[in-house]
Amino acid sequence: MTLTADRIRSWRRAATSIIGVLVLYEIVARSGYFPAVLLPPLSKVAATLYTSLIDGTMLQHAAATLYRVLFGMVLAIAVAVPLGVLMARFKPVENFCLPLASALMPIPSLAWVPVFILWFGLGNTVAILIVFYASTFPILLNTWSGVRSVNPLWLRAAGAMGADGQSLFWKVMIPAASPFIITGIRQAFLRAWIAVIGAEFLAASDFGLGWVIFDSKEFLNADLMLASLAVIGFIGFVFERVVFGSVEKATVMRWGMVRAAKT
Amino acid sequence: MARGQQKNCRRRFRRLSPDSLVNILAADPVCRKSNQKAGSWKRLIAMTDAVHTASVSEAASAGSAEPWWRSFVRNAFPFVVVGAIWEIVARSGMFPRKLFPPLGDITETFWRLTAAGILPHHAAETIMRLAAGFALAAIVGVLIGIMMGRSRRAEDYTLPLVAILAPIPGIAYAPLFLLWFGLGNISAILLVAFVSSFPIIFNTWTGVKAVKEIWLRSAQAMGANDQRLFRHVILPGALPYILTGLRLGLAQAWRVLVGVEMLAAVSWGLGWLIFGAREFLNTDVMLSGVIVIGIIGLALEKLVFQKLEDYTLVRWGMMR
Repeated sequence: MTLTADRIRSWRRAATSIIGVLVLYEIVARSGYFPAVLLPPLSKVAATLYTSLIDGTMLQHAAATLYRVLFGMVLAIAVAVPLGVLMARFKPVENFCLPLASALMPIPSLAWVPVFILWFGLGNTVAILIVFYASTFPILLNTWSGVRSVNPLWLRAAGAMGADGQSLFWKVMIPAASPFIITGIRQAFLRAWIAVIGAEFLAASDFGLGWVIFDSKEFLNADLMLASLAVIGFIGFVFERVVFGSVEKATVMRWGMVRAAKT
Repeated sequence: MARGQQKNCRRRFRRLSPDSLVNILAADPVCRKSNQKAGSWKRLIAMTDAVHTASVSEAASAGSAEPWWRSFVRNAFPFVVVGAIWEIVARSGMFPRKLFPPLGDITETFWRLTAAGILPHHAAETIMRLAAGFALAAIVGVLIGIMMGRSRRAEDYTLPLVAILAPIPGIAYAPLFLLWFGLGNISAILLVAFVSSFPIIFNTWTGVKAVKEIWLRSAQAMGANDQRLFRHVILPGALPYILTGLRLGLAQAWRVLVGVEMLAAVSWGLGWLIFGAREFLNTDVMLSGVIVIGIIGLALEKLVFQKLEDYTLVRWGMMR
């Protein structure tokens, strides 16, 4: 009973603060103190969101953005995970790749956008490559440290039980490193999500959520802008919680590796 | 159940670290029903732990005992190889020289711009903006985080707002800020501050909550009042988390700043330098800008934060 009372109060306060902010916004928006094109009332934002969802344009934009993110991330995973494993297993590879990675890592991916535009022209390629650049390094470094931190006892135990190199790799090393790899992919997604929006601002083709926001700035469509911000936030949230949550459940938790991730 | 008892229970577990919290709650019939609340904390803290693993990889690369020139050669070797490949491709005529300049051109442009004071001016403006925005974020973020960690009321009211605004990538707010605050410095600084305050808030909040309960109890038993408790126990105890938050916040601020400088039409700034040079196909200028950005980013990470961490954490013995 106390628990429910406590939780209800928590929820009530949360609702109060959200509603309070929304009401405050609405009052400011309707006061006419700021022009309505810059600060549209919520009803208008909601209406814009609704119509753009119904006529499918928003979904089309979201699909274009998601395509770029996922394509870039699949590329990054395909390159970074094997490379990370190689770096952890072979010293020369590590010696070669680590300095390069730590020199490129601090350069924000958006800094490359103008360069990539010059090299590859406007359009999908730039966005995908920027996503690739942004998400490679977190995956690479996490895979590397994950494989390095595999408990040597497990390797020896598996070796003593007669595991050959291949099963050692697939049955011991990959599961043991998986919490790190998944953490890396998670961080990579956060970065990629930022990078793709930025890339779409600058390397505008004609689809994508970032492009919608940037384009509506030109025409002072603040309502469309806020609507697509909501969609961006929603997709990011869904990916973070639902997709990665279930991936983690299906692999790391099933293998009982969560504690190992905390060391 | 008595209202007073319930209140007492809540006040107690506000200060506990999550692990001890669960143990105590399990043992205490008054609090047992509040377990679910503790569960949600644990999840949040596990989330931030995942963030910490990123810095593990950096800590792992500590050097071994070998002469400095050998490690220098080893670190320089890959750059030499990549540079050589670049040079071969650039000189092969496969791509136009304007788009893919050889290293000689880039170095020459780099020196020319540096000597003329253009590159330093751009860099200085960018760093000023970064410092202003980040300082704002650090002050506001740490204050909000501490408030959220200490007061249940503040937590209930603030957390939903932060949780809604945080997952939207920072750069997506840029056009909105430009529309509201106009082109130029103010929107750039405000955006940087806004974006980088979220990791700071989250980590400070977690840190204050994760201060070991036994420290609080023993300090209280030794007669510390609230003020002393805060200054001498909670603040040092939460410091590792706060520093992690500041570090993540700075990294985020840096990433967003470069992007927003391209959009905000500021008159000086590295992002603007790169973006502006594209119009004139000055690839060498763009790459010089990228190099400076890389150097600043590396310097921020290595010089500012490692020094700060060494100074505070090691000195206070807070390193885990």
